[in-house]
Amino acid sequence: MPGATLYDKLFDAHVVRKEPDGTALLYVDRHLVHEVTSPQAYEGLRLAGRKPWRTSSIVATADHNTPTKDWDQGIRDPISRTQVATLDENVRATGAKAYFPFRDRRQGIVHVIGPEQGATLPGMTVVCGDSHTSTHGAFAALAFGIGTSEVEHVLATQCLLMKKAKSMLIRVDGRLPAGVTAKDLVLAVIGRIGTAGGTGHAIEFAGSAIRALSMEGRMTVCNMAIEAGARAGMVACDDTTMDYLRGRPFAPTGALWDRAVAHWRTLRSDDGAAFDATHVFDAAAVAPQVTWGTSPEMVTSVAGRVPDPDRERDATRRDGMAKALAYMGLAPNTPITDIRVDKVFIGSCTNSRIEDLRQAAAVARGRRVAGNVKLAMVVPGSGPVKAQAEAEGLDRVFRDAGFEWREPGCSMCLAMNDDRLEPGERCASTSNRNFEGRQGAGGRTHLVSPAMAAAAAVAGHFVDVRRLF
Amino acid sequence: MAPPRPSGPAHPMQPFTVHEGLVAPLDRANVDTDAIIPKQFLKSIKRSGFGPNLFDEWRYLDRGEPGADNARRPLNPDFVLNLPRYKGASVLLARRNFGCGSSREHAPWALADFGFRALIAPSYADIFYNNCFKNGLLPIVLPDSAVDRLFADVAAFPGFRLVIDLPAQTVATTDGSLVVPFEVDPFRKHCLQHGLDDIGLTLQHADVIRAFEAKRLAEQPWLQ
Repeated sequence: MPGATLYDKLFDAHVVRKEPDGTALLYVDRHLVHEVTSPQAYEGLRLAGRKPWRTSSIVATADHNTPTKDWDQGIRDPISRTQVATLDENVRATGAKAYFPFRDRRQGIVHVIGPEQGATLPGMTVVCGDSHTSTHGAFAALAFGIGTSEVEHVLATQCLLMKKAKSMLIRVDGRLPAGVTAKDLVLAVIGRIGTAGGTGHAIEFAGSAIRALSMEGRMTVCNMAIEAGARAGMVACDDTTMDYLRGRPFAPTGALWDRAVAHWRTLRSDDGAAFDATHVFDAAAVAPQVTWGTSPEMVTSVAGRVPDPDRERDATRRDGMAKALAYMGLAPNTPITDIRVDKVFIGSCTNSRIEDLRQAAAVARGRRVAGNVKLAMVVPGSGPVKAQAEAEGLDRVFRDAGFEWREPGCSMCLAMNDDRLEPGERCASTSNRNFEGRQGAGGRTHLVSPAMAAAAAVAGHFVDVRRLF
Repeated sequence: MAPPRPSGPAHPMQPFTVHEGLVAPLDRANVDTDAIIPKQFLKSIKRSGFGPNLFDEWRYLDRGEPGADNARRPLNPDFVLNLPRYKGASVLLARRNFGCGSSREHAPWALADFGFRALIAPSYADIFYNNCFKNGLLPIVLPDSAVDRLFADVAAFPGFRLVIDLPAQTVATTDGSLVVPFEVDPFRKHCLQHGLDDIGLTLQHADVIRAFEAKRLAEQPWLQ
C-alpha cells in the first residue's frame, strides 16, 4: 500500500462524517475573519437565531478597508467605516479568541498576523473568507479560502462540507541563485503550470529548494498556490517550522509544546506517497520574474521580452494575450527592462513580512527613487512587522530613498482603501494579482519580488536586481 | 454551542430544477472575480443589489462607485451584455477557468442578481464553483468542443436559448436537436435541486460534531 501524502493526513484527520457520494463534513480548527467577507455571514447567523459554535477558534482583524496613513483621522470613507464598525460589533457581540481591530498595535493583514501570533499551527485546518488563506499551508496546515456562505457555515457548525481534492506535488530541487526569491520561484511555477494548473488539486511544495526557504519564503509560495488554481498549498513540517513557532503568543509551551512537536513531526508525506500529478522544477534555472499581462501566468524573466500574440497558435490564448497587451499598453517584443513604472507598491499578504522589507531595503539603501516614479510606498504586513522594521532602521532607509512608509493593511494589493492606481498608471507590485483593474480601474500591474520592486523604484524601470548588488 | 433550530435560513436558496433561458456569450478565458465585481462594491454589508455592477469595468465607460445611479452611467456599447439581442439572458456561456481569483461570494451574488441562473464553461476556479451552488446558480462544465459549438450557435442564431435540466443532467437546445449531458456531484445536485439550507443539514449531525470536537481537543489541547 502506498504511503499517505501530507494532504491525505491533514484531510483525513478532520473528517467528522461522510455523505454517500464522498462529500465530507470537515472540522475547522482555526477560523480567521476579516471585515469584507464576514458581515453577511454574521447577519445570516443572527437572522436564523444561531450563535458561533466555538468562538475560541476565531481570530479576527480589519485589514482590507483600513487606511495606511493618517490613522488619527479614522476611516474617512463612510462605507468602509461602516464595514469595519460592523466587524467590531459582530466580534464584540459574539466573541473570539483574539481580535485585532483597526489601530491595535497587533493589527495587520490576516495572513500575516495568523502565523505571527502563533494562531496558525501545524496540523490545523485553517479557513478564512479570503482566497489567500492558502498562505497558512506553509505550516503543514490544511488552509484554504471560502466564500461568505461557508463563513456562515463554519460559524454555525465549526465544519465545512467538501470533497477531497486531488493531490499535486511540486518538487523544486537545487538552490535558488542569489537575488532570486520565493516570489520569483512561485511566479515561475505559475508561468509553467498556468493559473488553472492546480485547479481541483491541493499542492504540496517540496524538494531541497523549498526546505531551504525560511517560513516567510514558504508563506510567499503557499500564498500564491491559489494563483495556480489550487485552493490549498502546503509544506511539510521541519525544524524551520518549529523554530519559527517557538515562543509565539498562541503557540503551546512547556510539556504541551513537546507533545505538539512530536505530533507535528509526523506531518509530512510518507516516502513513496502517490500524488495525482507531479511537476519538477530546477531552482538554479529560475531568474527574477516580471509579469507582463493581466493574469499571473503571463510572466517571464527580467531578461525576457513581452511575447508576440501572433506566435501563439491557440486562438483563445492568442486573443487573451492581445487583450492583455492592449490593456497593459505594451507592444510585442518590448524588452522587460524597457518598461518604465509610475508607482511601486511593496506590501500585501504575499510580500510584506520583515524579510521582504529587509530585501527591499537592501536595494533602496543609499539610493533614490527615480524621478519618473510618482509614488513608491512600503506597507508593512502588521503592527509587529512595522515595529521590527523601525527597530532595524528600515523605515529610515526607505524614507531617505524617497519611499513612503505607511501603516499596515492590504492597501494597494486590491485598492479597497485610498491606495490605488489611476487609469493608465503602471505599477511594480509585490502583490499577487495583476488582473485588470485590480489595483484601481485602468491600472496596470506588474508582479515582482520585493527586491525587484525596490530596484524598479530606483531605476524607474524594470531591472535585474542582481545588477544592483 | 448551537442546537439545531426550527427557524429557516436567513437567505432561502431558490431551488433549481429545469430552466430554459436566453444565452449570452462571454468569449474570454480566465475571467476573474475582480472583473465580475470590482472591489469598491465589496464594501457593502448586504447580499443583494450587486447586479447593476456586474462586470462594471467592461459594462460602463466611467468608473463605478457604490451608491451611484447606474441607470445614468454611460454604457460601453461594445460589451456583449449591453447588446440588445442578449437582453434578459439567464445563461452565461464562458471560457476556461471562469471565476478565478478571490473568494468573494459577491461574484455569484452579482451574477444571480443580474438574472443568471446557470453558467456553462469548460472549467471554473474551485472557490467560485463552490460559491455558485450556495446561491442557486448552476455552474455547468462541458467539454471544450461542446462549448465551442455553443459559442458558434449563439453567434449564428439570435435569440438562441438552452434548456438546462438538472435532474436529468442535460443541456439541450429548445428543439432537442442537441442534448449534452453534464456531471455534477450528487450531494450538490440534491441541495441545489431542493434549495436546501446546508447549515440546517449539517446541524442535524451536531452530536457527531460535538463528539469529534471533544475528542480532538482532548488529544491535542493546543488546538483549543
